[in-house]
Amino acid sequence: MLVVAGIVFLGAVAMLLVGWFRRGTPGLPFFGESERANTGLVIAFGIAIPLVVLIALFIVSDLYVLNKTDAPEVSSTALTVTVVGHQWWWEARYPAGGVVTANEIHIPARTPVNLVARSVDVIHSFWVPELNRKIDMIPGQSNRIELYAEEPGVYRGQCAEFCGLQHAHMAFEVHAEPRRDFERWLSANGRPAHRATGALARQGQRYFMEDGCAACHTIAGTGAEGTVGPSLTHLAGRETIAADTLPNTPADLFRWIQNPQSVKPGAKMPGLGLGPRKFHAIVAYLTELE
Amino acid sequence: MSVSTPPAASVRLDRLERIWKESPGLLGWLTTVDHKRIGILYFFTSLFFFGAGGVEALLIRTQLIGPNQSTLDPATFNEMMSTHGTTMIFFFVVPMSLGAFGNYLIPLMIGARDMAFPRLNALSYWIYLCAGTFLYVGVFSGNAPGAGWFNYVPLASKAYSPGPGIDFYALSLLFVGISTTLGAINAIVTIFKLRAPGMSLNRMPLFCFAFLAVSFALIFALPALSTALILLELERLLGFHFFIPAAGGAPILWQNLFWIFGHPEVYIIILPAFGIATSIIPTFVRRRMVAFPLVALAEILVAFLGFGVWAHHMFAVGLASATAIYFAAASLVIVIPSGIQLFAWITTIVTGTPRFKTPLLWIIGFIVLFILGGLSGVTFAAIPFDQQTTDTYYVVAHFHYVIFGAAVFPLLGGMYYWFPKVSGRMYYERWGQVSFWLTFVGTNITFFPMHILGLDGMPRRDYTYSPEMGWTGLNLIETLGAYLLALGLLSVFANLAVSLFRGERAGNDPWEGDTLEWSTTSPPPEYNYPVIPKVSSPYAMWDEEDREEDARNLERGRKTLEGGHETPASTAVDAEWDEILEMPSNSAWPPLVALAMTGVFAMVLLQQWVGAAIFVAILLATVGGFHLKEPEEA
Repeated sequence: MLVVAGIVFLGAVAMLLVGWFRRGTPGLPFFGESERANTGLVIAFGIAIPLVVLIALFIVSDLYVLNKTDAPEVSSTALTVTVVGHQWWWEARYPAGGVVTANEIHIPARTPVNLVARSVDVIHSFWVPELNRKIDMIPGQSNRIELYAEEPGVYRGQCAEFCGLQHAHMAFEVHAEPRRDFERWLSANGRPAHRATGALARQGQRYFMEDGCAACHTIAGTGAEGTVGPSLTHLAGRETIAADTLPNTPADLFRWIQNPQSVKPGAKMPGLGLGPRKFHAIVAYLTELE
Repeated sequence: MSVSTPPAASVRLDRLERIWKESPGLLGWLTTVDHKRIGILYFFTSLFFFGAGGVEALLIRTQLIGPNQSTLDPATFNEMMSTHGTTMIFFFVVPMSLGAFGNYLIPLMIGARDMAFPRLNALSYWIYLCAGTFLYVGVFSGNAPGAGWFNYVPLASKAYSPGPGIDFYALSLLFVGISTTLGAINAIVTIFKLRAPGMSLNRMPLFCFAFLAVSFALIFALPALSTALILLELERLLGFHFFIPAAGGAPILWQNLFWIFGHPEVYIIILPAFGIATSIIPTFVRRRMVAFPLVALAEILVAFLGFGVWAHHMFAVGLASATAIYFAAASLVIVIPSGIQLFAWITTIVTGTPRFKTPLLWIIGFIVLFILGGLSGVTFAAIPFDQQTTDTYYVVAHFHYVIFGAAVFPLLGGMYYWFPKVSGRMYYERWGQVSFWLTFVGTNITFFPMHILGLDGMPRRDYTYSPEMGWTGLNLIETLGAYLLALGLLSVFANLAVSLFRGERAGNDPWEGDTLEWSTTSPPPEYNYPVIPKVSSPYAMWDEEDREEDARNLERGRKTLEGGHETPASTAVDAEWDEILEMPSNSAWPPLVALAMTGVFAMVLLQQWVGAAIFVAILLATVGGFHLKEPEEA
């Protein structure tokens, strides 16, 4: 496509240059002042050649490639993942293993995955450039696309439809893993959360439940069953927080929960103002949620 | 002119002068119905909005000069990019091309003394001014819209955009749509009925074909937008549910309605530019356009085909494959009429003997940018490629090449070209060429790297980006390019502003131009032509015997219509003499109607339904007044 475009562009610019060099001479080179030749030139370059190029482009891209990258037939794939867009994070559901996670989607490599894209609020667009085209996530509608990773690896994805204040900080990662690693991940993430063990973490768990966090977040196996924010059941196993905005380190976790509005102005998560002592305890709890 | 004018002719000129005299001073401007004055009002108003949209663009680019900047907070960034798009499209490009260029030039090019409906013409200007002011009252009161210029629901619904910003957006666009519709009707009737007798359609300048096609496209495209906006406001103000899925609505409905309007709008924006190009090229290359009938047909075809391609803006929404493939094919077909025009311009330039004066430079710049923008546009018809690049900076690059490069460059070239006609003075040629090169280079530095960033995955409408993405260098270059571009544009307007007072006298026809407007004085008198011109080709100015016959007619008092405020009407296709029309003179009703209409929209915005009803009553009264004759006309 680029080559053809380059030829067309350079060809047209070359014609304009011919016009500049022959600015004192009327008529075409070789053909002279023939209106028939002029019209012929317009028809050749303006109609005939474009027709050939466009038909070729149409057949290759809109019939062949489109078909090859289309959404898989219903229930033709081993795995279905439903991704739900929220302002401004991604919820991933694995109906098979009963897993609900966020902002980090694990898939087996070299396996076609049926991805179902939905939204609970405004329109988002699911886009992992290296794995397939984008597909919009539209409230009230389920769109599907195939997700296929040839090689294991981490692929960055991001929201591609303008969705409000923090559209810029709505990214995620797709982790394509060898089949066995993926199975292990799926079964680990299907289990309820680890119990807090350290003394500080146990305090943190209490603050988490009592001081507001649990109203919005779920931690499976505890009393926290909020559905406004991402599930944190296995948060410590994820590599980033706040939709791929910060790395998942205790320091960044502290910074994020203490004042989310300074990291992501407009995010739905409020700063609860609990003071450093309680926040440190909550961080200790969260970092235990492997 | 008066030096060589024989006495009999000068008596007639004086008489016409008296008959067509408009009220003097500020009152004259407020009540004017002269298409040239209205064109000038449109010019300065849309120039103001160009400046506003430009400042918004510079703020956006400054925010993006480096990663994690905080020149603008996220909310302000979203407001700036939404207002930038809305302003540039609805309040700059369309009013500048149709309002300023169309209004000023169509009657002159077809040898008429005014537009078909002068009072309606004034009304469309005043409505435009009020609607633009309405939007900017929102912007300056901290209520700018923030959901993008295409304002997708549910983001634009009350639940996610609770403030009045979206209402300012929706109501101002409904409001300005009235102005555009009236303007389009006026242009169509003028082009069909007011051509100088003898100017059959095949003798009409290509410029007018372009404006005719645009006007028809507007009349059919705008209702889709107005419908969408009305549904949105019913939802936002009165609690209807057209777009809310939980209540059975469909967000996609908005997108379909918006793009049924939005894609024809692209051609509405660009066709006047094509018309300007087909005016400037023949003059400066000193030959007629190659393949005239093909070009005329292509202009009309583009406007028509533009209605069948809207869903290529929506390839990622989950269309059925067959639907997507149809829209891809239709989008490819539209390349053909664009290709015809493109190669007709190039061939005309190659086979002519071009003089590379400033106006032609802008047109050549336009051709180069249009090829680039057109080529990137073709790639969107490849659905898999589109679904990768849509909503990235690749799209931003594409449509700025098309809208800024291909639509605004000819407008700037046209400003230089017709400046001598409108002002009576010449601009500074060397300065003009420098301003072109500054703008051309600035445009490419600003917009070309966006292709690369888009292909590298940078989404559009992000208020910032992280340094790890590797987008910093190109963004910096783009921002510097934007400053250079701003400098180039400032130098264009500085040149014209200084020339307005200090330029050399231009005379009637400094360019040896091809169309009729160059036969009258610069600036033209209120009545445009003392004699209804004889026309026997689309290049009327080059038919010297016809122009000599006009001069003889003036002496003998033939076809001068000096008995009153009159212009001839002719038949729509063959332009045979039909009847003589009585034209209106100054009227205060157009601005009054527009003000009453502003009251209605303001009350709706404030949800003051009683107030709205009162203003509707006032509006009806002023519309009644609008249909009265002025005392001097009775």
